[in-house]
Amino acid sequence: MLAYARTRVLLTLPVLLGVSLLTFMILHLIPGDPARMLLGDMGGGSAAGDVSDEAYENLREELGLNDPLPVQYANYLTSALQGDFGRSFQTNRPVRESIAEVLPYTVQLTVVGLGLAVLIGGLLGVIAALHRNTWVDSATMAVSLVGLAMPSFWLGFILIQVFSLRLAWLPSTGSGDLTTLILPAATLGLVASGVVARLVRSTMLEVLRQEYVTTARAKGLGERIVIVRHALRNALIPVVTIVGLQFGALLAGAVIVETVFARRGLGRLAVESILRRDYPMVQATILVAAVGYVLVNLLVDLSYAWLDPRIKYS
Amino acid sequence: MQQTLPAPRAMLGAGSTPAGRGRWALVRRLRQNRGAVVGFALLAVVIALALAAPLVTTHDPIKINPPARNLGPSPEHWMGTDQFGRDVFTRVVYGARISLPVGLIAVAIAAVVGTVLGLLAGYYGRLVDGAVMRVIDIMLAFPGILMALVVVAILGASLQNVMIAVGISEIPRYTRLVRGSVLSARENLYVDAARITGLRDAAILFRHILPNVVGPMVVLATLSVGSAILAAAGLSFLGLGAQPPRPEWGAMLADGRQFLGSHWWIATMPGFAIALTVLAINMAGDGLRDVLDPRLQSR
Repeated sequence: MLAYARTRVLLTLPVLLGVSLLTFMILHLIPGDPARMLLGDMGGGSAAGDVSDEAYENLREELGLNDPLPVQYANYLTSALQGDFGRSFQTNRPVRESIAEVLPYTVQLTVVGLGLAVLIGGLLGVIAALHRNTWVDSATMAVSLVGLAMPSFWLGFILIQVFSLRLAWLPSTGSGDLTTLILPAATLGLVASGVVARLVRSTMLEVLRQEYVTTARAKGLGERIVIVRHALRNALIPVVTIVGLQFGALLAGAVIVETVFARRGLGRLAVESILRRDYPMVQATILVAAVGYVLVNLLVDLSYAWLDPRIKYS
Repeated sequence: MQQTLPAPRAMLGAGSTPAGRGRWALVRRLRQNRGAVVGFALLAVVIALALAAPLVTTHDPIKINPPARNLGPSPEHWMGTDQFGRDVFTRVVYGARISLPVGLIAVAIAAVVGTVLGLLAGYYGRLVDGAVMRVIDIMLAFPGILMALVVVAILGASLQNVMIAVGISEIPRYTRLVRGSVLSARENLYVDAARITGLRDAAILFRHILPNVVGPMVVLATLSVGSAILAAAGLSFLGLGAQPPRPEWGAMLADGRQFLGSHWWIATMPGFAIALTVLAINMAGDGLRDVLDPRLQSR
């Protein structure tokens, strides 16, 4: 287990470095000069061309744009490790502050959405597996197929129409109290539950074929005990991996769902920053999301190895 | 094995050898797969509507007609009209002319680049493999639409860049699939034989190894057209892709959001079109997978 954990952690480091390199390159791959862009925005209405060469050169020096690329990357990396992502081109506020403000909303949305996805998808998957090749199975899988094809923004709109506009039970937008969390989390969770249901179904079918299930039945255990204590428990282990993968899907889904419900969050911040060409903000939001995803998957893999001692790193 | 009996799905691939049966065996097996039939039929309808768009619609998809704005569904406008008086049905049909090619082109980009990378990594191994797979690992650290966001952030927001972005974000799936298949195909005797006869690497790769990969790749490509359409519509919905007044489904949804309470059809109809198209493609892809699944065939 320890050896596995060490290898797994070590393998994560180059990925994290690569992720930081890619986000670093965003600023250098865009057409145009970041310093000119910044001066154009901050020059109080003057066009970028009017800015004096001296101011331009000073800014390039200040931003470190005159250093060789490897030096710039090293600086970027050391500041990012200290949580310093530079200042927003738009507001000149430290990017870290904006991210710290919105991050809790995205974490909340993703975690609750994930919980709903596992709950709904898991339940549907188990029901389908236990009623294999009956109409219950077909109906459940048809529902999950439709779920897979549904754009999250459309589902969000439908939920808004029904629960906010017709029934007026829940607010359609905002990011305040818990009532504003329900619809976005439901949207995210429902969309992901289609995939979860399919995966849980096939895992459960796999487990039900195992010899220990036959043994449990043969020694006269009740069907409920066989299912709950023997089958379900073992079927849950692969579900942990599903959770890791789905976390990524939900994180990405949050980008759209946050926009649908005009909710504060990392995804919406990323999209707005791209539209405003606020590149330090774009870099940081994407870096935080990717690093979060990599770390969650690291945790998932480690807990998987812990839950299932048969796993070794080959 | 003559398939005169309606054999259960799992049995279908079992007895037939892939060689010597030709395409008709495939079509026959597809026709016995109910999901695939429904999927392909739906898809055919969507494609036919897209191709015949000027014939099946009676209005202009872009021209504004203020007197007719926000009309509910009626015989004249059976999906209603939008806030600019444009016929929603017309725009939805023309939307298929955008979303279908966008999905196809994105998948083509992903499949070509991903396959070449996978072939190189699997065939040459060692350094090439290490380098390619590390890049793929890094790309996989950006789940779903995030990788596409990186690309759009660099290239700028436009429908063309969305195609490229979605294409790039789907590369890892193809590279992994092809690399895995190449690793096992490489061990075949006929590959050794080809090498001994002095064939160049390129010839061995494309003539002797690539055919092994085609089946699973067709399945993956079909299924990923659906997810590519979803991703591209999502990016356009966010304002990063097609811009108004283009009748792109995602952009139309974004346009209609402020009228959800009063004129629900403006946003609902294009969403329905996306869901139906993606559903059709996924059902067709699932059917293809059941028929082409190499694990079923080799058993």
